[in-house]
Amino acid sequence: MKRLLLVFITLMLASGHTLADKIRMGTEGAYPPFNMIDKSGQVAGFDVDIGKALCARMNAECKFVTQDWDGIIPGLLAGKYDTIIASLSITEERQKAVDFSDHYYSNSLRLIARKGATIDPRKLKDKSVGAQRATIAADHAAKIEGASVKLYDTQENAYLDLASGRIDVLITDMLPGFSWLQSKQGDGYEFIGETIDIGDKIGIAVRKGDNELRERLNKALAEILADGTYQKINARYFPFSIY
Amino acid sequence: MNWNWSVILDSLPQLVEGTWLTLELVGLALLLGGILSIPLALMRVSHSLVLRNTALVYTFFFRGTPLLVQLFLFYYGLAQFDAVRESILWPYLREAYWCALIVFTLNTGAYTAEILRGAIQAVPRGEIEAAQAIGMSRSLLLRRITLPLAYRIALPAYSNEIILMLKGSALASTITLLDLTGMARTIIARTYMPVEIFFAAGCIYLLLTFLFVQGYRLLERQMMRHQNIEAK
Amino acid sequence: MFDLQGFGDQLLLGVWMTLRVAAGGLLLGLILGLIGALLKLSRSRIAYGIGATYTTLIRGLPELLVVLIIYFGSAGLLTRAAGFFGYDGYIELSPLAAGITALGIAFGAYATEVFRGAIQAIPRGQIEAALACGMNGFQIFFRVTLPQAWRVAIPGLGNLFQVLLKDTSLISVVGLEEIMRKSQIAISNTREPFTFYFVAALIYLTITIIVMIGQRQAERWASRGLERPNP
Repeated sequence: MKRLLLVFITLMLASGHTLADKIRMGTEGAYPPFNMIDKSGQVAGFDVDIGKALCARMNAECKFVTQDWDGIIPGLLAGKYDTIIASLSITEERQKAVDFSDHYYSNSLRLIARKGATIDPRKLKDKSVGAQRATIAADHAAKIEGASVKLYDTQENAYLDLASGRIDVLITDMLPGFSWLQSKQGDGYEFIGETIDIGDKIGIAVRKGDNELRERLNKALAEILADGTYQKINARYFPFSIY
Repeated sequence: MNWNWSVILDSLPQLVEGTWLTLELVGLALLLGGILSIPLALMRVSHSLVLRNTALVYTFFFRGTPLLVQLFLFYYGLAQFDAVRESILWPYLREAYWCALIVFTLNTGAYTAEILRGAIQAVPRGEIEAAQAIGMSRSLLLRRITLPLAYRIALPAYSNEIILMLKGSALASTITLLDLTGMARTIIARTYMPVEIFFAAGCIYLLLTFLFVQGYRLLERQMMRHQNIEAK
Repeated sequence: MFDLQGFGDQLLLGVWMTLRVAAGGLLLGLILGLIGALLKLSRSRIAYGIGATYTTLIRGLPELLVVLIIYFGSAGLLTRAAGFFGYDGYIELSPLAAGITALGIAFGAYATEVFRGAIQAIPRGQIEAALACGMNGFQIFFRVTLPQAWRVAIPGLGNLFQVLLKDTSLISVVGLEEIMRKSQIAISNTREPFTFYFVAALIYLTITIIVMIGQRQAERWASRGLERPNP
């Protein structure tokens, strides 16, 4: 009898099955190819795939909640979801409001302009520069001397205005920009200038002090990096490693 | 919930800057829309079926669809076409400011035209018949009798329209313009304190509405003084 | 004529969501409107003050701002209120709930005035007669005042409902997947803003026409038994 109990308990602990808990993951859903909404209305993309993989590792049930970019951090703080996995860069400013997990990919900024527009990236004075509001791209744009800056609610609207010529240059994260340039609408545009490498790391945000969740995420992240799951997801979207 | 007053104080200069843009857009849109509404209203009451229905389609479209749809259709939708981008209008349509102004003007023009139409139809027939009896020409009749009387009738309803335009202007923030609401959203994006900033912006809107209502009351009193009625 | 490239289904879902928000907002708005009207008609200065503050405040703020404030502010407020009562978790307002709340509050502020005018239009004689019969306040309100006030209120309420339907588009800004939001999703995949926004406009126009017809029917029904209404 005792032995049976011992075996039973061991099996329980070994499989790591406690009650499957629910984690709500906040994402934007308007940032292809990292997070977007497909034809059937489901969230999809790199961020979503990583999120699902992490949840599988943590034996948790994940629910994705979409949220407008402007409200993504306020939403976390208010308790609408427990994590943000939406290509959120780890910045000092943001770390005042939230805690971050280890990074799950790296990013840099790039400028996109029409092919042949001969815009000198160092001389952007008097040019109109666009970026999505509340991003590090927007912070960077604000620092450009003399440029007229336009902020957009969504990345998509920024692309629309770039395509129609309302803005001369778009500052954006390199990877989504790369994705856009491959698409039909991006045909005729190119990266200009150097990669603005600010050592930007993308992490998963949790509420300040939510250390338990943060450690679980870090542990799961290390695991999927080690066993090849991360690389598989990476390869689905980019021909190079983005870690 | 810790209320943060300092972030409100710090943001005031930008909010005020945004308020100027709001007032500019609303003022110009009301002016241009008001001018537009006169021929529109006259078309709506005209004897010609063609004129009547053209105006009807126009007002129906702008009153039957949300302002947000109109803005997006104009700003993002038109820019999709090469023909638009290569036309002479592009330098204007390119700018969010002009797009917003045009859409607001067309929108308030439609609403005002309906108000004016109702007022024109409410002008006492007796006055019109009297004017016709003494041989006034149609344009003189319009200018001297119909329109002035119609405007007096329309005053209360028009004040509503002005307030609605002020509130509608907040939508300019959705096409990159930094009006009061646009500034508020930009500040919030930086500070992550939505409640405080929206509170501040809300107070400014209320102040504007209050000032306007008081001013309008004076205007009504002035224009209705011959009727010895106290404007409420 | 319009190639929706497979997003037609999504748009229909958006229409369904729009209708749901509008219905919820209407219900909440009617209740708030009645309460507001009673407050403003009351003899108590406090009651009047509350009613007047409500209408002045909400009618003076852009609906967009009301939606944003309720969406961002509600969670914090509700969580604290719940904590007060001993509930330790969090309470969130989904975009749907926030939308219904915001639109309901906005509708209610304007409906207050419509109801107030309608209630005041009931001839005093009827109220006096009811009092003479020995009816108490509640009975008078529900059996005499309200049924007749509805008739007067329908045109005003119908117009407000049309405005409500259009205002549902504002909730797209906080992520609710109604018509506008679904259009934007379609646009991000197809890159054809004109097509989808134009179709959205047509959808709204269709809904408006249906509501207008419904309103006319409601006016006709409410006036049954009375003099023939003006055509």
